[in-house]
Amino acid sequence: MKTSVNLAGVELKNPVMTASGTFGSGMEYAEFADLNKLGAVVTKGVANVPWPGNPTPRVAEVYGGMLNAIGLQNPGIDVFASRDIPFLRQYDTKIIVNVCGKSEKDYLEVVERLADEPVDMLEINISCPNVKEGGIAFGQNAANIEHITAAVKKAARQPVIMKLSPNVTDITEMAKAAEAGGADVLSLINTITGMKIDINRQTFALANKTGGMSGPAVKPVAVRMVYQVANAVSVPIIGMGGIMTAEDALEFILAGATAVSVGTANFCNPHATIDIVNGIEDYMRAKNVDDINELIGIVK
Amino acid sequence: MKFDETATVVSQDKISDGIYDMWIETENIAANAVPGQFISVYTKDASKLLPRPISICETDGSRLRIVYRIAGKGTKEFSGYSQGEKIHILGPLGNGFPLDAAAGRKAILIGGGIGIPPMLELAKHLDCDKEIVVGYRNSDTFLDKELQKYGNLTIASDDGSIGTHGTVIDAIKACGVKGDVIFACGPTPMLRAIKQYAADNGIEAWISLEERMACGIGACLACVCKSTDVDSHSMVHNKRICKDGPVFNATEVEL
Repeated sequence: MKTSVNLAGVELKNPVMTASGTFGSGMEYAEFADLNKLGAVVTKGVANVPWPGNPTPRVAEVYGGMLNAIGLQNPGIDVFASRDIPFLRQYDTKIIVNVCGKSEKDYLEVVERLADEPVDMLEINISCPNVKEGGIAFGQNAANIEHITAAVKKAARQPVIMKLSPNVTDITEMAKAAEAGGADVLSLINTITGMKIDINRQTFALANKTGGMSGPAVKPVAVRMVYQVANAVSVPIIGMGGIMTAEDALEFILAGATAVSVGTANFCNPHATIDIVNGIEDYMRAKNVDDINELIGIVK
Repeated sequence: MKFDETATVVSQDKISDGIYDMWIETENIAANAVPGQFISVYTKDASKLLPRPISICETDGSRLRIVYRIAGKGTKEFSGYSQGEKIHILGPLGNGFPLDAAAGRKAILIGGGIGIPPMLELAKHLDCDKEIVVGYRNSDTFLDKELQKYGNLTIASDDGSIGTHGTVIDAIKACGVKGDVIFACGPTPMLRAIKQYAADNGIEAWISLEERMACGIGACLACVCKSTDVDSHSMVHNKRICKDGPVFNATEVEL
């Protein structure tokens, strides 16, 4: 049974990876989930310099999901490169570094700094809804997406994944722009902007007022967008958004995703990623599927 | 070492208005816990995704006790569990109180509201002289009789219906409570007042903080607090309450 998939020349042992921001760099979860069994670890976003993130409360639970407004707190690329990359190198998994920035210069500084580092791919976060400058400013305009993608591609040594926002009118336009800019892979969806009001305190549940919604409640939106994008571009897609189980992951694969990222599920089950890897294999056995690639995008 | 376990509820009692007392049989968590640590309790209702962090009140061999307040639908679900219920818990989490800090000194243990429970396990483990100060909303108290066994107990209440009318700091001043080191858990305004009181009186203070959490193990960076110095993990003025705390030296954090 073949479970490996290929993303822009990078061979993953299986299609299951972690969603950026929910798994740190794997250190905390390594106690519960064998990182060697994952297709890839996608790290928390890293910028050129340390970022303090947003005030607390940074998370709130909502029905079937959660809101977060962490604000991309990160230790900066120097500490990340000396601490987190060597940690992940101990494991037999692919390393995908999520890159964030407030300006084109910020992104390029991180991408250039990673050129000689032993990482397999870069995921460019142009879709964080929780930072005022950068991030989403790039991700909601097709011309900006094409421009930043081309600039990153020019500087990058590793294949480039562009992470798209669902907070747009037509995500296929954004996907096509990223493809036109030279993106090797697309990942979607980032979180959906939401809000929760605390009626007892009569104020916002999050200090940032708005936050990114994730969890099983967003999954149908994410599956729909993956399906639309898969039918609009020819580059491979990493699908994510509310994947809690292997069945959820398989929906994304059947809709057109070559790989999947597991995020919020890690919070309710620290070994969710491993359960999903195993569950996909069980499904393949039950359905007599020899190669997982036979399942990608077959629902038309 | 943390353990991801299916544990079994041994007993559950309501001990005050909205306050519940649950004993849980665990495989490894209770035996490895130290005073001041907490567990994550996962709900069975799949519409609620995040574990509820709850401080450990007491351990006894393989059993641990949590005393918690119903604060929402998750804790409401927990309050409905009875003997034999299988529950998913993760722990022990965070760092506990530094017992060494009390060696040869007189300790003041301060608990406010639902911050009182971890003081019981701490009181059991500290073999120094102890003053215990607890603050309640009103005379509907809990754990006070158990705490009394371990030290001189002083009570404060918001409405004055029992003990000193006012805060735990008001009670400390009114009753002349003295000590060399403070261990405290409670709401942030109380901890802020204790941090100030400790600084004014030159007393070392260890305080247990709380914040909305998601992962509970230090990965998601939801539950940070402001640190006085740049933290060596975050490289900014943030520490993770779940992983670097929940207990901090009061001088390490800004409240």
